[in-house]
Amino acid sequence: MAFESKEHAKQYWRKNLKLMGWLLAVWFIVSYGFGILLVDVLNNISLGGFKLGFWFAQQGSIFTFLVLIIVYIVGMNRIDREFNVQDD
Amino acid sequence: MSTQLLIYIFVLSSFALYIGIAIWARAGSTKDFYVASGGVHPIPNGMATAADWMSAASFISMAGLISFLGYDGSVYLMGWTGGYVLLALCLAPYLRKFGKFTVPDFIGDRYYSQTARTVAVVCAIFVSFTYVAGQMRGVGVVFSRFLEVDVNMGVIIGMGIVFVYAVLGGMKGITYTQVAQYCVMIFAYIVPAIFISLLITGNPIPQIGFGGTTTEGIAVLDKLDGLNQDLGFAAYTDGTKSMIDIFFITAALMVGTAGLPHVIVRFFTVPNVTDARKSAGWALFFIALLYTTAPAVGGFARINMIETINGADGAGTLYAERPEWVRNWETTGLISHNDTNGDGRMFYSGDDRNEMTIDRDIMVLANPEIADLPGWVIALVAAGGLAAALSTAAGLLLVISTSISHDLLKRNLMPNITDKQELIAARIAAAVAIGIAGYLGINPPGFVAQVVAFAFGLAASSFFPAIILGIFHKRMNKEGAVAGMIVGIVFTASYIIFFKFINPAANTPDNWFFGISPEGIGTLGMLLNFAVALVVFKFTKPAPEEVQEVVESIRYPKGVGEASAH
Repeated sequence: MAFESKEHAKQYWRKNLKLMGWLLAVWFIVSYGFGILLVDVLNNISLGGFKLGFWFAQQGSIFTFLVLIIVYIVGMNRIDREFNVQDD
Repeated sequence: MSTQLLIYIFVLSSFALYIGIAIWARAGSTKDFYVASGGVHPIPNGMATAADWMSAASFISMAGLISFLGYDGSVYLMGWTGGYVLLALCLAPYLRKFGKFTVPDFIGDRYYSQTARTVAVVCAIFVSFTYVAGQMRGVGVVFSRFLEVDVNMGVIIGMGIVFVYAVLGGMKGITYTQVAQYCVMIFAYIVPAIFISLLITGNPIPQIGFGGTTTEGIAVLDKLDGLNQDLGFAAYTDGTKSMIDIFFITAALMVGTAGLPHVIVRFFTVPNVTDARKSAGWALFFIALLYTTAPAVGGFARINMIETINGADGAGTLYAERPEWVRNWETTGLISHNDTNGDGRMFYSGDDRNEMTIDRDIMVLANPEIADLPGWVIALVAAGGLAAALSTAAGLLLVISTSISHDLLKRNLMPNITDKQELIAARIAAAVAIGIAGYLGINPPGFVAQVVAFAFGLAASSFFPAIILGIFHKRMNKEGAVAGMIVGIVFTASYIIFFKFINPAANTPDNWFFGISPEGIGTLGMLLNFAVALVVFKFTKPAPEEVQEVVESIRYPKGVGEASAH
């Protein structure tokens, strides 16, 4: 293992889990929250010709998923470099 | 040039391209055959994943489904894309670091048990076969409408093409053909969408046009709501399914996506962990291009369809003057008119005024004809539909042949065979699997179409929890994982079989557990799987030290190297 110590490895894993947890929270809120549970409330707001809840269910959630993966890639690369375990 | 000639030219040149690529990318070793030597760049790998994932169902059926379901269609849009977030964050990097060839490989090694491996192999083969039969059928439908050959002949031609590049090229051939197929498919999907968006809203970007206004100055979605309600359907943006059912179906599709073996295996083909993450991002990007276009296509198609059938004034178009696309599709039997009120006019509605029977699957394929687009666009759509079906079929066939030659023979029954013998076994298995898939495509047992939708529930309730616990719960043991998988899949399969095959009459929301339909029950099965695994774990010995060390090592990206041969 390329980590300096066991403690380092633990820290790396904790940071990884924290990033993952935050992103999954957003994933849940946007798709299940905005697109399903709160859809009727959000449908009272309009976004151009879309009702907002409907937009999240058919368009917005997919864009959000993409952004989440991009943030994850950037975030993990940063953590990898911080602990010097990046791929060459 | 006639449209028919254009269709032949487009389809035949796309076939020539696929076979050319297959010859260029022949596989020389089992590692080439199973994972393309783990040397594929993340962008082409993302494209290949997208083509692998987007099947005939995504290309041909999904927009049509949405156009008939309205808001309820969101379950497919969110369900079949949200799973990639789970894949990218929770599965792909760790499975890549683990560095084996297949999902049963992971389950078998992580849970140090041949029983676990065998359960996983059986699940993988079952899920893949139900899926692949549906693809072959899709090939047949496209052939019968566009190339004017018999459906069965269509299936046989499709089998021949897949045979050449899957058996010759293995994963390496499949990967590069899928890249080409993705390009054909996305171009074929977006071009007509742009045309139609321009015609209806004046905006060339379908995702924006969908939220725009029609040339009459009404918002597209308000117009759809109005049309639907006038004709006795639920408002387009409301839908009819209960909230809990939408929630559970979406979750079953998301988790099922993340548990499908032919999707997961695509992340074994990149060089390292960083690339596995990137590849998941690219895959979702390429998928999102089609998936955000689909609801727009569905909405526009519905407006066009209703207006050409019911006439702009809503009084019904004379059957004798029916549009060309109705004539073309009548011959396939997928659209028909029954003049119940005897006025000689067609009328489509959601109440007793309705005189039309329209198969949802024709919407995407008929869309360019409905909108009266030029012949080459129609030809492009035909080639795109075939690319979607063939690319997914090839990916699935590879999973089946790998499961047999690698998981069953090499790792289980005949551990002493050489790499060369294993490669021959893999090719024979692929050839036999193509034959069986083709047979199922020509003689579809009545339940195939229904089972395909349930493959997700089964994958969600079996593989997903076992893989997640295998990565994130270091001490999870084989007793817990095997018990969880068995309880999860047996519960889900029984619920589905009961409501779909034993007692279909009882398949109504009043009889469902908590109002969850058979489509969404995989989510409950998954939760049960987790619960059973954790409880059994409490009462049995934790995983041995050396397994825990392996789990520890897959959590860190350094020192991955190539996929290790055994």
